[in-house]
Amino acid sequence: MENQYFVDSKNLSENALKRKHRLETDPSSRTNHMEYLPGMEQINSDICEKVISHMDSYDYLQYTARDVITALEHDTCTIDDFKALLSPAAEPFLEKMAQKAQKETTKHFGNTVYLFTPLYAANYCDNYCVYCGFNCYNNIKRMKLSLSQAEHEMQIIHNSKMEEILILTGESRSKSDVQYIGELCKTARKYFKTVGLEIYPVNTDEYKYLHECGADYVTVFQETYDRDRYEQLHLLGHKRVWPYRFDSQERALMGGMRGVAFSALLGLSDFRKDALASALHVYFLQRKYPHAEMSLSCPRLRPIINNDKISPLDTGERQLCQILCAYRIFLPFVGITVSSRESESFRNGIIKIAATKVSAGVSTGIGDHENKYSGKEKADNCGDEQFEINDNRTLLKMYSDISESGLQPVLNDYLYV
Amino acid sequence: MQTNMPTNDDLIIGGHRFHSRFILGSGKYSLNLIKAAVNFAKAQIITLAVRRTNTADSENILDYIPEGVTLLPNTSGARNADEAVRIARLARELGCGNFIKIEIMRDSKYLLPDNNETVKATEILANEGFIVLPYMYPDLYTARDLKNAGASAVMPLASPIGSNRGLSTKDFIQILIDETDLPIIVDAGIGKPSQACEAMEMGAAAIMANTALATAGDLPLMADAFRQAIEAGRKAYLSGTGRVLSRGASASDPLTGFLHD
Repeated sequence: MENQYFVDSKNLSENALKRKHRLETDPSSRTNHMEYLPGMEQINSDICEKVISHMDSYDYLQYTARDVITALEHDTCTIDDFKALLSPAAEPFLEKMAQKAQKETTKHFGNTVYLFTPLYAANYCDNYCVYCGFNCYNNIKRMKLSLSQAEHEMQIIHNSKMEEILILTGESRSKSDVQYIGELCKTARKYFKTVGLEIYPVNTDEYKYLHECGADYVTVFQETYDRDRYEQLHLLGHKRVWPYRFDSQERALMGGMRGVAFSALLGLSDFRKDALASALHVYFLQRKYPHAEMSLSCPRLRPIINNDKISPLDTGERQLCQILCAYRIFLPFVGITVSSRESESFRNGIIKIAATKVSAGVSTGIGDHENKYSGKEKADNCGDEQFEINDNRTLLKMYSDISESGLQPVLNDYLYV
Repeated sequence: MQTNMPTNDDLIIGGHRFHSRFILGSGKYSLNLIKAAVNFAKAQIITLAVRRTNTADSENILDYIPEGVTLLPNTSGARNADEAVRIARLARELGCGNFIKIEIMRDSKYLLPDNNETVKATEILANEGFIVLPYMYPDLYTARDLKNAGASAVMPLASPIGSNRGLSTKDFIQILIDETDLPIIVDAGIGKPSQACEAMEMGAAAIMANTALATAGDLPLMADAFRQAIEAGRKAYLSGTGRVLSRGASASDPLTGFLHD
């Protein structure tokens, strides 16, 4: 595998470095990524098998222009139509796909674009995911907000007029336990109308507890649905267990969450297969839990601290646009989120076609909203960022840019009932 | 020559009178277009999602509703009767008045209404003094249950919401119009003025539209077109040229005229 991801830190002890290198080079030193660890709930769902059988048999080179034209003519997009729209044969039809996607977006969402911002409460992580800035071997400044620090950050974000927050922690159950995250949710409910979570996967009863604390949406990125590739990239920690992660959204819904969000991190593996699997994960889960609100994201790899070589490889903006148009045509009712990983010009364009939600006023660091929002330099007492963001617009700027383009920025469309 | 158009053809819902038979949706188009939409549609009722009013945003949708227009808050987001009831009560607390449009969906894909839960919520809210307009799948038994539960009108869907597909459920809506002693307000799926006109010719009491306007190139112009179509359909219905009034009317030369007993 490419070793563009590996970075050694001078701060690691000789033993730690040895272990790290062994994990990277000797697959036999790694645990079975398909085996549940003690304490991980198994729900015996049928969703995974359905998604994977489609993904494994997906040969996107077999689709032709004729298949794409047929798919675009259909009123209802079948799974096979969707496969055609994701294929290389659809690339020359990007403008037509965008036009169809735009129609679907308008029918289901009118001209609304929802706004949110993430709050990174901690960057401790127990996992070694080789592409991530938070990985446990990366030499970054670690931090976890105390509850009062978190409340202060929330007040600053609240003062910026934002009404929806997505709380993130690194994936460390020991440093950021469920109780702590529950307290964050309770505090967030005081300042925000909508509270979402992007944390390590937990069991159904824990999702239920977090829902009772005020969270109603759960985002879990599968990173890649390609299990072999996943094994090569997630070398250590709870996150290494692929099937437990796959069933996270279903456990969240069983725990009473109103909505769940999905994605692969595009650029880790074959992006067409990952895009197919992400959308089918939504499709099959929606059939099983028809009341749930579903959304898709489309993050691409970004450079991280100590490794600026990381890039989304063959997933260019045209490919990303094709994926998002295909998502919209196949799943016209789902929310589509485009984060600040993408550029201002891309986000301005894609909200006119397919995306219904964007972030603004983003920091992926810990405890630095006051500095960022007041334009000061980063202070010493902040934790480092997970990745470099691309679009730095404030909420105010994003709000006015959306309005000026004829769309309708919406800060809240939600009641906690 | 005079027509038989009644001088007073108001729509009456829960004891309130409205000249307009066009109910506007909001939320799918920019707030600054609401006023123009209301003016061109000559609408007197506008729906809005309670969840959208639950905002601290300086651009609260409530501030954009022109004065004198009756608010019809809806319970979108509710997944069962209990949630709908809570949202309705919140609407009243927020000062949205006594009208409530019940929307209960347990399907995020098609947003089809759950008739059973809707009947339950209607009964509770009607007892609490709300003027209840339930969004429903056009089913005769449900319409009767809704009437018995205290609904002030029923709002059957013409097609899946947002689809602009027109009167897919035409025959069933006709049955509701014929058999239900409540105003039938056709809601959801009406995409074009001609479809609105057709529903009015059938005897619908009013039309509700949102996506059809939101997806139009020129929203105020489309609002105006809908208003004219709805007025035309209403006049056609009243004129008796449609199948609705011709049915059951007495023939000029009765077949039973030979009977002398």
